[in-house]
Amino acid sequence: MAIEAVKHAGDRGAAPTALRKDAWWVQPALTVLGLGAFIVYSTWAAFQNAYYYADPYLSPFYSPCVAANCQHLTVQLVGSWWTWSPAFLILWAPGVFRLTCYYYRKAYYRSFWWAPPACAMPDARRGYDGETSFPLVFQNIHRYTFYLAVLFIVILTWDAILALRFPDGFGVGVGTLVLWVNVVLLALYTFSCHSCRHLCGGHVDIFSRAPFRYRIWHRLSMLNERHALFAWLSLTSVGLADLYVRLVAMGILRDVRLL
Amino acid sequence: MADVTVRVWRGNAQGGAFHEYRVPVEEGMVVLDVLHRIQAIHANDLALRWNCKAGKCGSCGAEVNGHPRLTCMTRMNIFTPGETITVAPMKTFPIIKDLVTDVSFNFQVAKKIPAFQSRPPDAPDGSWRMMQEDIDRVQEFRKCIECFLCQNVCHVIRDHEGKKQHFAGPRFFVRLAELEMHPLDTGTRTGLVKEFAGIGLCNITKCCTEVCPEHIRITDNAIIPLKERVVDEHYDPVVWLLRKVLGKR
Repeated sequence: MAIEAVKHAGDRGAAPTALRKDAWWVQPALTVLGLGAFIVYSTWAAFQNAYYYADPYLSPFYSPCVAANCQHLTVQLVGSWWTWSPAFLILWAPGVFRLTCYYYRKAYYRSFWWAPPACAMPDARRGYDGETSFPLVFQNIHRYTFYLAVLFIVILTWDAILALRFPDGFGVGVGTLVLWVNVVLLALYTFSCHSCRHLCGGHVDIFSRAPFRYRIWHRLSMLNERHALFAWLSLTSVGLADLYVRLVAMGILRDVRLL
Repeated sequence: MADVTVRVWRGNAQGGAFHEYRVPVEEGMVVLDVLHRIQAIHANDLALRWNCKAGKCGSCGAEVNGHPRLTCMTRMNIFTPGETITVAPMKTFPIIKDLVTDVSFNFQVAKKIPAFQSRPPDAPDGSWRMMQEDIDRVQEFRKCIECFLCQNVCHVIRDHEGKKQHFAGPRFFVRLAELEMHPLDTGTRTGLVKEFAGIGLCNITKCCTEVCPEHIRITDNAIIPLKERVVDEHYDPVVWLLRKVLGKR
């Protein structure tokens, strides 16, 4: 029998600290890579201010296009004084929805904040206030960002419908499928949101007195179990949808007509 | 029959060390069996808490290779053959001896949570009527066996000693959710959830859910719904205005 000495750990006795020897860092590292790649690509795409429309496809990063300098105007809300990329006028809304999302909070608190980096691993910082003080107390606005996200689902669905309207009439191209897959994944992510689940029925205590809200809550709860999956799938699809439209608009890819 | 090397933390509140033991293991054994074998062969003064050996009493929580687990529910065949297994006491709670910790912090918190406050009986015989859909949601919370692994892994309690007096911890968010969502309960606890239980300190990193041996979706089904109820009550100006206008609570 061998005895290995360990350091004492102050007034809580000598319980050892981090004992995990598995690859606990893999998940935070993948999250940093995934979110980092998306942030870099989406910022670059927003700054481009070009190649975001390839008739009849509009990139989701630029939809709705609301500035007078748009290549494909959805509705003009901002005049010609706006000379920057129209993406900046709208991208903040889905951005804040994801920033305050309960799933992404878990992802970035672990991966970027290291609070904690993994279960049973120590926090990186000594001080901690959670979401009780500025600025993190504003995570509580998530339901308002959800309302905005629903508006975006309506607009992107309209874009996907317009993607069926080619110069020679009705048609379906690969881009049409790309935009439809994207809007379906975004809708699954948006409607599996925890705030949505609460607002649609979770706030009710006696479900038998609110059968309609119970049915909605019950179905949303099933979606909610896969919220993290939808978060990643929709993040990927929205990036790929922009990339597809961009490559077609640049003439690098030729959109194949299926119908 | 193969041998396994196990490092068990031994000591008390003043300090301690890992002791290494080599014991034979057989097919079907769990970590608790191995600890009992260490007691039988090498160290009959090894202190550990256990009772049912069926994952229902919640007594045998420890940190196995750094993961908070019930030792009776941790099968030996999940480890690589030849791997040295480390067993340490739950880090969050003060050590009494070896693997036994003082979990009384949890009982002190439990005492401060107001009990169930039922509405008047629905029938003249003093009974109540509930539909299955009313009770399904809170039945999940009743599965809690109070092993306190969630309290142990929660970084607010584990790493920030000063926050313990302002934070109830995941086990008690489950309890509060059970009361708050109960169809017969008339109490309002959102103020308590925000102030006494300190739900704002939880940053929903879901470790409590990951370690729960009863697979209660603590974060998704208890903590986040409670956070949303706190938002209804304290942070949502539209809900506040609607309540004022409609005169509802």
